[in-house]
Amino acid sequence: MKLRPGQQIASTVDGTRLIVVRAPAEEVALTCGGVEMVDAKQAPAPSGVPADDAREGTQLGKRYAAEALGIELLCTKPGEGTVAANGTPLVLQGAKPLPASD
Amino acid sequence: MNVTMLLDMAADGFGDRTVIGSRKDGLTAARLRELSAAAAAQVRAAGAEAVVYLAVNGPAFPLAMFTAARAGVPLVPVNYRLGAEQLATLLANHPNAYGIADEAQSEALTRAGLSVRTPEDFILEAAQAAEKGIGDQDDADDAPDAPNAPAVIIYTSGTTSAPKGVLLHHRNLVSYVLGTVEFAAAGDDEASLMSVPPYHIAAVSNVLTNLYAGRRFLTLRNFSPEGWLDLVRAESVTNAMVVPTMLARIVDADGVDRSVPSLRALAYGGAKMTPRVIERALKEWPHIDFVNAYGLTETSSTIAILGPEDHRAAITSDDPLVRARLASAGRPVPSVEVEIRDEAGRPVPAGEAGRIYVRGEQVSGEYAGSGPAVDERGFFDTRDWGRLDEDGYLFVEGRIDDTIIRGAENIAPAEIEDVLLRHPGVADAAVVGVPDEEWGQRVEAVVVPLPGADLDSETLRAYARERLRGSRTPDRIALWTELPRTPTGKIVKRDVVAGLTAAGRQTA
Repeated sequence: MKLRPGQQIASTVDGTRLIVVRAPAEEVALTCGGVEMVDAKQAPAPSGVPADDAREGTQLGKRYAAEALGIELLCTKPGEGTVAANGTPLVLQGAKPLPASD
Repeated sequence: MNVTMLLDMAADGFGDRTVIGSRKDGLTAARLRELSAAAAAQVRAAGAEAVVYLAVNGPAFPLAMFTAARAGVPLVPVNYRLGAEQLATLLANHPNAYGIADEAQSEALTRAGLSVRTPEDFILEAAQAAEKGIGDQDDADDAPDAPNAPAVIIYTSGTTSAPKGVLLHHRNLVSYVLGTVEFAAAGDDEASLMSVPPYHIAAVSNVLTNLYAGRRFLTLRNFSPEGWLDLVRAESVTNAMVVPTMLARIVDADGVDRSVPSLRALAYGGAKMTPRVIERALKEWPHIDFVNAYGLTETSSTIAILGPEDHRAAITSDDPLVRARLASAGRPVPSVEVEIRDEAGRPVPAGEAGRIYVRGEQVSGEYAGSGPAVDERGFFDTRDWGRLDEDGYLFVEGRIDDTIIRGAENIAPAEIEDVLLRHPGVADAAVVGVPDEEWGQRVEAVVVPLPGADLDSETLRAYARERLRGSRTPDRIALWTELPRTPTGKIVKRDVVAGLTAAGRQTA
């Protein structure tokens, strides 16, 4: 899938939703629980289950990234499935807080 | 994408936390979602095409923002200090809007043909609707996914030209929040006090960033130094935002208790800070983290930040370069790129001044009635003049429109103002170009003396001459008791020029 910043992505096996913060120029295969994710606008009601080896889960409000791919997603609804790009699980990012400015 | 996503995340993540108002009777994140869904159903039922908010800041403001977003219409916060004629012109852009206004202002909305209720009744009606189950079926996905629709329309203050409606799209505001704030990062004891009026961009971004961080949000209806200090102590406020004129009034107020033990961070922005004021505040409150934020309405608030460590380094350093940074806007936030260009549009190297251009998802740069005002590379012209130093610190030297053209020389008033403000007897200063037959424009200044200071114009001119080139030394320096400013602290330069050119003005 070709991602763009601000796009929302949904899992088809659980309630996981993410928003694209940083998008690579190339197409990328995003999966949740081992099953391909889709644009949230076209998302069907989730069915099936995450694969047994892809149940790390996601946490609300956390960032997930793959530096090598130049991809960063932010979790807006958590779920059970592991989110992966081109087969490699995304890595949970630490906070990079800026001082509150307003 | 819709800003309601931020509220949904807050309600899902910490729904029981009080996020608006006092700890006793404020609104939780879950309640804010419930009320906004109920009120949005009513806005939809009324067929309204916008929500107009003409009132002081208070709990109804964040509710109005999320109500409008969920209903898929823009929120239009309007300046309650506008004159009747200006107000009518502005309201004519929003026929058929859902109106919220303080009692004193409700007539203006009625005259414009809008339905109107007070902020208190707006909350009450939302609560009654929620009680009846209205809006219950609304879940997150009901809010229209329209990233390019305006979430908020803010009219610029119009200090240099007629007010323009800036369209802040859902994607601009959401990008700003995701790019600058960490979700649920605030401790549950944190509370933020906002003192700027709701028609200021900082008031809009403040609602979103504090909610997303999980920080309780408080407002001050009408600013006074005593009222601000009392509220900070009474509500154990930890974070606050003020415009520079407010900070000046707080540090200069006589006979007030300035202790603010709960306050951890104080952000300021919206206009130029006087060095004397920030230095005094840093000495008065060494425990506070100061943050200078630079941004425009068109950029969804902050694009550069001078952080707490920069402030401390600047006042303790022996290095003049580091000390000078106290007058800078700090460094661009990670999600924004800044470029300085010369008059021909070419990027200039560090250290050279030019026009400030910015690019990023949070940058709207679009005005109502005209297309996007960004160039082919996506950069927006801030119409501010400034430079970046070698370490990437941004120095903002004022509006391009305020530049004085004396003969063939372009003169930025900021450089001259900075010199005058460094004089120990000067509280405030403004430098302007006044029409001149020989030079086109000549440099004149207005200075407000500190109480008790023994100042006269000739001594001040000599002081300026020692520090500035002859062409930049003001030909005349007038002493006034105050400068014409907007309520949010911006100097209205055309009023300064008008005052200086008016016949019979005393020049002391």
